Amino acid sequence: MPFEPKEPQKEIKYQETRIYTDAELNNYTEEELKNFKIKHEIPDLEELEKGPWPSFVADAKQEALRRRKLADDKMLIDRDVVEDMLGQLQVSFDEGETHWKHGGIVGVFGYGGGVIGRYSDLPEKYPSIAHFHTIRVNQPASKFYNSDFLRTVCDMWEYRGSGLMNLHGSTGDMVLLGTTTEQLEPIFFELTHVMGQDIGGSGSNLRTPSCCIGKARCEFACYDTQDLCYELTQYYQDELHRPAFPYKFKFKFDGCPNGCVASIARSDMSFIGTWRDDIRIDQDAVKAYIAGDVIPNGGAHRGRDWGKFDIQKEVIDLCPTKCMSMVDGELVIDNKECTRCMHCINVMPKALKPGKDTGISILFGAKAPILEGAQMATLVVPFMKAEPPYDNIKELIEKVWEFWMEEGKNRERLGEVMQRFGLPKFLEAIGLPPAPQMVKTPRENPYILWKEEDVPGGWTRDIKEYRARHKR
Amino acid sequence: MALSLDRLGLYDPKDPLKDRLTDLGPRHFWQYFPPVIQNNYGKWAYHEVLEPGILVHVSETGDKVYTVRCGAARFMTVQHVREICDIADKYCEGSVRFTTRNNIEFLVDSIEKLEALKKDLESRKFVSGSYKFPIGGTGAGVTNIVHTQGYVHCHTPATDASSMVKAVSDELFEYFQGMTLPAKVRVSMACCLNMCGAVHCSDIALLGYHRKPPIIDHEVIDKVCEIPLAIAACPLGAISPDKTPEGGKTVKIKQERCMFCGNCYTMCQALPLSDKEGDGVTILAGGKISNRISKPKFSKVVVPWLPNTFPRFPEVVENVKKILEAYAVDANKYERLGDWAERIGWEKFFEKTGLEFTEHLIDDYRLAYDTWRTSTQFKFTDAAWNVSKAAGGIE
Repeated sequence: MPFEPKEPQKEIKYQETRIYTDAELNNYTEEELKNFKIKHEIPDLEELEKGPWPSFVADAKQEALRRRKLADDKMLIDRDVVEDMLGQLQVSFDEGETHWKHGGIVGVFGYGGGVIGRYSDLPEKYPSIAHFHTIRVNQPASKFYNSDFLRTVCDMWEYRGSGLMNLHGSTGDMVLLGTTTEQLEPIFFELTHVMGQDIGGSGSNLRTPSCCIGKARCEFACYDTQDLCYELTQYYQDELHRPAFPYKFKFKFDGCPNGCVASIARSDMSFIGTWRDDIRIDQDAVKAYIAGDVIPNGGAHRGRDWGKFDIQKEVIDLCPTKCMSMVDGELVIDNKECTRCMHCINVMPKALKPGKDTGISILFGAKAPILEGAQMATLVVPFMKAEPPYDNIKELIEKVWEFWMEEGKNRERLGEVMQRFGLPKFLEAIGLPPAPQMVKTPRENPYILWKEEDVPGGWTRDIKEYRARHKR
Repeated sequence: MALSLDRLGLYDPKDPLKDRLTDLGPRHFWQYFPPVIQNNYGKWAYHEVLEPGILVHVSETGDKVYTVRCGAARFMTVQHVREICDIADKYCEGSVRFTTRNNIEFLVDSIEKLEALKKDLESRKFVSGSYKFPIGGTGAGVTNIVHTQGYVHCHTPATDASSMVKAVSDELFEYFQGMTLPAKVRVSMACCLNMCGAVHCSDIALLGYHRKPPIIDHEVIDKVCEIPLAIAACPLGAISPDKTPEGGKTVKIKQERCMFCGNCYTMCQALPLSDKEGDGVTILAGGKISNRISKPKFSKVVVPWLPNTFPRFPEVVENVKKILEAYAVDANKYERLGDWAERIGWEKFFEKTGLEFTEHLIDDYRLAYDTWRTSTQFKFTDAAWNVSKAAGGIE
């Protein structure tokens, strides 16, 4: 399925965008780096340079040295910014408390999200991080980049920021750490004009949607996660940038029930790829797995000798619904009993594939503990087709938002509103009929909140009439 | 179009709307796919992990793409990202991707390029000796530990993140570079209950935790906070209005009711709760988000509190290893950590891991009853005999 963006974006060529020459980019020697000491004492941080795992301290020191050696007119933020960040971090270790101030509302004109204000509470000691704001940059779907784009971001961020970043933040954005209030607008202009790139979300709005790798490099993807993620990101730009919600709202897109972006645990609206027809079986490939000609589970267990592959023990017995069996040497699946958990497909990807009639299951209300405790997403729409232009999905989203924006209190996530009102009320609000698929079990308590219209004759009764039958 | 060198670039503070572009969204994903990905979009047939960190995906067209996955610290400098770009230019026509768990992935289309790339990546080290691009993080092992900002950039953390993750990752390095576990083990870290990293469904979750109720900054609370918002912020109703001796507006806190979530501090900066002795680390275990075999489940608190021993968190590292090593020897193939704990019973989990079971591990919050055992189906362990002795049931 070839895919082209609706609006072709201009290509970025680093040779045209760049700020720094090669000589400036390689302005120190290995020897200088070895002997380099930052201006503050950081004994605990230096301890973190040891060990095999990539050391963020060693990395930060590289950047600190580079900035020392850059010409004054090649950066707009203090040259000491990295050294001061490290120095303050050491103080935080010494004192067991952070030294970033609470609060600070900053942003770019007309947007309510995408920039997070950050100030040091030790500005006299670490003046170059007195302002140290974060910019969230909306990442391309599934986080593929080319070096022209990344190098352009790097040059811009070296020049107008601290040179420190996260690839990536938990929600998915590319996170640029540390710049001054003055530089926020210029950075936004550079991002939009030079890079054709917007910032992401923060605050009480739609957070930057994110998706798994999907059809780009996965045989399991049941719908085009990247396309849906991109489409909804574009379609809901207003909600991303101009907060109108009670609190944050997250979309995440998993291509299959394996859930590689964890949508079921951390998105208010979780889209998980699934299918409604039969698992496709290649019986010859099943035999090849049994014969030991193909390594099971894509070789994910090859670090240890688990013995010969045993289809009975490793697949059929582990099937949560026990809907599989071997009949006359062929694998048989009772598909109407299957709950599409993916285990058999994961173990034998060459032999088994999801069905061809694919779509999404939609779940609502996942969140981390703050405020009312952690919630997992609740299955509400068992199956929906997910094909461009995705009008069916947008229509559902808007019904959900309407309910949440009407009923949600300040800082109340959708999952909490669902709890407060109950699932039946939520279903009514979005106009969907109840189904046993939505619950693990029917209710255990009989405290049913019958409505007046449920009961013949209504609730209004005459006490006199009652007393005519029952003496006081 | 070149990046601007003017102090304010294209921005004119006197006319902020001039030539303004907004709502562009992200760059479109398609342009960043290497040709082998564009040509095989939606056509992938199967994949295999050739060795830890090395994947091959095979398309219906017969094309193959090899992926080399490398660990990363998440926190990076432009200097480091430029080195990633150098590698991408040298081997991958400039293309690179990042995973949800902060790994870096380089994609190549031939075995020859793969071998050269592997050798190059393994040779790159920081001057202090740690790998810049360690290869691993696939299959039945431990992949990159996702985490939050900690003291590097956050205003509410109860611990640091980057340092704890560095310390734990160093110790679990063999599991990152190996695939010897019964199933994948996802370790995650969040530096406070806000859980920006949403770690509540991880096989092993490390969580920064405050243990002292907020201090009230009576002097400024009325000036810097909306007091009703601060009161409403408490999920347990522990905050109520009060007056200072001078007659100023402030709040009082029922301290015994506080469960240290920090939500009041988020709403009101005059209620800080960080404290060197109070703050520490909670460990949760047994969560998962995949629907594979068993349903997704929350992680359970298995170590209520450990001290913040900067910079290497030896207590945290030791406890994580206890959990991981007990699981590694005892669980069945394909069995996730939480499924193992449920199969053997949580009482056996504590016996096999050697973790101490304390009163803090019995839920006393909302819906706690759902987690109490209402059955005689349990297994005997030393913990059970201790109760029997205390009850006078046995000698």
